[in-house]
Amino acid sequence: MSDLDIQIPTAFDPFADANAENSGAGTKEYVHIRIQQRNGRKSLTTVQGLKKEFSYNKILKDLKKDFCCNGTVVEDPELGQVIQLQGDQRKNVSTFLVQAGIVKKDHIKIHGF
Amino acid sequence: MADDKQNDVKDEVAELAPFDPSKKKKKKKPIVQDGIDDSAENLAEKVETLSVSEGLESTFTGLKKKKKKPAEASLLNEESVEAGGEDLDDLAAEGEEGEGIVLQQRYPWEGSDRDYEYEELLGRVFNILRENNPELAGDRRRTVMRPPQVLREGTKKTVFVNFMDLCKTMHRNADHVQAFLLAELGTSGSLDGQQRLVVKGRFAPKNFEGILRRYVNEYVICLGCKSPDTILSKENRLFFLRCEKCGSGRSVAPIKAGFVARVGRRNAGT
Repeated sequence: MSDLDIQIPTAFDPFADANAENSGAGTKEYVHIRIQQRNGRKSLTTVQGLKKEFSYNKILKDLKKDFCCNGTVVEDPELGQVIQLQGDQRKNVSTFLVQAGIVKKDHIKIHGF
Repeated sequence: MADDKQNDVKDEVAELAPFDPSKKKKKKKPIVQDGIDDSAENLAEKVETLSVSEGLESTFTGLKKKKKKPAEASLLNEESVEAGGEDLDDLAAEGEEGEGIVLQQRYPWEGSDRDYEYEELLGRVFNILRENNPELAGDRRRTVMRPPQVLREGTKKTVFVNFMDLCKTMHRNADHVQAFLLAELGTSGSLDGQQRLVVKGRFAPKNFEGILRRYVNEYVICLGCKSPDTILSKENRLFFLRCEKCGSGRSVAPIKAGFVARVGRRNAGT
């Protein structure tokens, strides 16, 4: 019985997000981690869709420190704030976000090749 | 003998297919005769003939065992058993007698009254299914996509040569695939004169493959029956995927490019 009680909320409930947790981050609660090529073999990693409650600057600070790279928070007119990091940090960022408990693993979408 | 069989259940199942052609030919004769018999006899007498033919079969297999044993070593025991089983399957395929299979000496649990194991039963089901209607068995060949062919144009552009082919094999609009690719790669690109996709940036074929795989999972494959035989349609601003095989439908997310950072010289436009 108790098993059932636990299982129901963990199963996909389309309204759970709208009601409880993050109504701020847009319709989809996914955190998108993208990569973008720059000149040569350089690249940029962008993290988009983190919850608004988090202090982007603090997260950025830790990210920068952990991965030894630079980065900024960019303000985008449509998508709000986006964290931008130098280099291909997709794996690092996703593990960091999961370990820090900021996002659940299945809410992270890694784009790019 | 029985022990042998029990041990080699899996091997047998695995080996059944490769052994097929040679064995079938050897044992074809009795089967054909059976078929003739069946056709010759009336339908009403079919049950009798069935039993008769089964008897025939068993004697034949017995004969075979005796013949082979002196000639070759113990390894062949299993083979002969297999062969017996296969004729039976042929019989089933030709004469449409499902019951004959169970009665014969072909499954490892026969002769002993132990419980059937899941693997064995599963193997049996699949063998029957494969012989009777192969398209239903799980090992139907999926539509194979050719690997993407990618060329480098200069140093900064990549040309996706067989883009159109792949779109066609997926039955998807090239625009849709292109939008997805470009959004995922985070670059810009366009189709050129020969309907190739030119993408800005340097990408390996592997990259394209990964993205195409994701595209197929998201926009082509039916979640219910895993068939790629689907149609993507747009109904009042929403994309729906409808499966042609099982008729199920689902909505799919529209392609969104997301954030693209500004790369390159800032004052390029001014």
